[in-house]
Amino acid sequence: MLRFATWKVVSIVLVSVLALLVIVPSALSPSTYKAIQTAAPWLPMRQIVLGLDLQGGAHVVLEVDTPSVIKTMVENLRDDVRRVLREEKVAISGGIGMQARGVQVRVPEASDRAKVMPKLRRLSPTTGNALLGQTGGQGLEFNETSDGLIQLTLTEAGINDKVRRAVDQSIEVLRRRVDALGTTEPNIQRQGVDRVLVQVPGLQDTAKLKEILGTTAKLEFRFVAETGASPTEVETLPNKEGGNITIEKRVMVQGEDLTDAQPGFDQRTSEPVVNFRFNIRGGQRFGEATAQNVGRLFAIVLDKEVISAPRILSPITGGSGQISGRFTVEQANNLAILLRAGALPAKMTIIEERTVGPGLGQDSIDAGKRAAYVGAFLVVSYMLVTYGVFGIFANIALAIHIAFIFAALILMGATLTLPGIAGIVLTLGLAVDANVLIYERIREESHLGRSIISSLDAGFNRAFATIVDAQVTMFVAAAILYFLGSGPVRGFAVSLGLGILTTIVTAVTMTRMMISLWYRYGRPTKMPI
Amino acid sequence: MKLLRLAPEKTNFPFMRFRRVSYPFSAFMSIVSVLLFIFIGMNFGIDFAGGTLIELRSNSGQADVKMLRDMGEHLGLGEIEVQSFGNSSDVTVRFGLQPGGDAAQSAAAEKVKSVVAGQFEVRRIEVVGPRVSGELVQSGTLGVVLAIIAVLAYLWFRFEWQFAVAAVTATMHDLLLTVGFFSATQLEFNTTSIAAILTIVGVSLNETVVVLDRIREVMRKYKKSSIAEIIDMSINAVLPRTIMTSTTTMLALLALVLFGGSVIRSFSLSMMFGIMVATYSSIFICSPLLIYLGVRDAGPDVDGEAAPTTGKSSAKA
Repeated sequence: MLRFATWKVVSIVLVSVLALLVIVPSALSPSTYKAIQTAAPWLPMRQIVLGLDLQGGAHVVLEVDTPSVIKTMVENLRDDVRRVLREEKVAISGGIGMQARGVQVRVPEASDRAKVMPKLRRLSPTTGNALLGQTGGQGLEFNETSDGLIQLTLTEAGINDKVRRAVDQSIEVLRRRVDALGTTEPNIQRQGVDRVLVQVPGLQDTAKLKEILGTTAKLEFRFVAETGASPTEVETLPNKEGGNITIEKRVMVQGEDLTDAQPGFDQRTSEPVVNFRFNIRGGQRFGEATAQNVGRLFAIVLDKEVISAPRILSPITGGSGQISGRFTVEQANNLAILLRAGALPAKMTIIEERTVGPGLGQDSIDAGKRAAYVGAFLVVSYMLVTYGVFGIFANIALAIHIAFIFAALILMGATLTLPGIAGIVLTLGLAVDANVLIYERIREESHLGRSIISSLDAGFNRAFATIVDAQVTMFVAAAILYFLGSGPVRGFAVSLGLGILTTIVTAVTMTRMMISLWYRYGRPTKMPI
Repeated sequence: MKLLRLAPEKTNFPFMRFRRVSYPFSAFMSIVSVLLFIFIGMNFGIDFAGGTLIELRSNSGQADVKMLRDMGEHLGLGEIEVQSFGNSSDVTVRFGLQPGGDAAQSAAAEKVKSVVAGQFEVRRIEVVGPRVSGELVQSGTLGVVLAIIAVLAYLWFRFEWQFAVAAVTATMHDLLLTVGFFSATQLEFNTTSIAAILTIVGVSLNETVVVLDRIREVMRKYKKSSIAEIIDMSINAVLPRTIMTSTTTMLALLALVLFGGSVIRSFSLSMMFGIMVATYSSIFICSPLLIYLGVRDAGPDVDGEAAPTTGKSSAKA
């Protein structure tokens, strides 16, 4: 009990001072913060991130319309099957029948079937991302009956893969657009398989946001203007790789004719490339245009921005081609995502929407602050009148406990929400409980007639077992909240969990240290509680 | 300095005798809670029921509640609930799911926004579609069930099975009464309430563990005493701590209820109720259960200290 190594005292004090330093920037007024930041930009200052419920803003959850994705997939599959049959000049009886999740076609001649089946099988996309080294299952399932009916059905894995990619591309497109709004730090992320969460702090006009989120991307293939072209036929658009680029107004192929774009590796040079595929109409147009213009640059334009301008090396006929250009793996991946974004405009619906006005956010902060001050005052005075000098120790530990939680939240970049504040208040209760357990136990041991030092020692040791048991049970509950909860519940769980961890440090170790120092230098003759 | 003591220095209440009162009382309250839940039900917020919630502040300082009620009718939004709170200028407007899927929900909110524009400042809008609300019910229930199972497993591991069963029984009792509290008061039940419920589970377990810990300790010391005597002794020993902790927590929660603002009031109120019930059940429900479960039969604990401590015994934990 008495022996508390100097290095321990020093490190506890040091950590506490550090925690206080971390939270200082968040306590500053916005103008002071700005002033210091401009005066000393080298200072690593971070302010606490406030949740939307505290600072106001919009929160929207969108969901990809899976049925419409499936519908497009079935349509593209029909086009592909038709092309294969045409290329092989195979006779079919009746047309190509479309079903909910696939197509079927009747090929009466067995020899014809043998001819087309391998080609049809090649239509099946493998699921998973080839660049990431994932090898998945097949995207299509085949069924051939003896009377000549061939059925191609989309597999669950294939559909999920497509939906996942639709979400990826939507995130990419949404980010570009929300960034264009010029608001601070929008947060756009995937939720589950088919959802996107968009959070825009400070935004009030959700109508504008919803309009932006609702429109689908516009992708076009055009030619880069040659020198001497008539100014009325060209326009200058920003280039993603920097600067501007002048391109023709005439559109060679529309993005909706693009059926797919995938990152991959060139078979000879094994350099990252993007493979793309058009539908029949797009393939024909692209083939004609490229055949006449070998050597020219063409521009891929997404939402009025040129995302790539490759050179036509050879006529691209047959509907599929390859874009190369010393890409990194990541660049190839991104370009493919952008191409698909324009190619397969997935419809998204808003399934959840929350907006908090700045007035209410400020009110909540004020209310939270007021409650915290009053609560803290009540608890601190109560501890003081009950435990005297030990109460002072407990209160110091409590203050540092709060500093630790906030410092941890700031360093983790976690968001402080209203339920998060409630969680902090609760951990204050737990921290107080830990101190109360210790002090009451010390009193008890002292009443049994033990000496001061022996009661202190016994009190801490015995109470510690109880505290650990109680805190671990609480932590189990907090962990489950964190993993199962979302949004507000998660914020609550984070502060509760952090609070439990710091309680052990502050309420147990720190109080113990203070009491041992008090005993060593104060030389008390009787137990103060 | 004279220090404040709420609890008498040395108490000797025969707590276990009260079980003849507390068990029927708790059984009655539990049945009432179930009946309230079945026949009145909880006031599910839009997080669970789906729908739209709009918080408005009148520009003129006086909210025209009647106009808002009528608006629901002529916009065809179905049953619309207008609730004022705090002062005369703040109101919340709540209506249920609109037919026509997700898009229809947003559209309805926009309609209301355009009607109230000018007269009111829109302070908060929440629109939750049918799918999201269904998932919230599922994950919320799952959270509570899993938390209880996890805790049961942990306590089984730390104590003996009788302790785990007693603790979980007390926790379920607290949970049930809290559900009854939500049904009786019609406080809105939303995702934050799930947080409150889970916190109550945590607090309930905390209280229980503190008492059980002491019972186990005393049991090892006094091997000759009857289990009822041991429990009484333990509860009396931790009584000062129980009183001290629950008053401090109550003080902090009281500050939240009075000054914390509208959004977390339902959270704070349910927490206050939950903590009272948890303290009660740890003493009057959980501990007596050990008598019925026959905790002494579960194998001897021989590693405890012998005889009552009389002064200078070793300070071993």
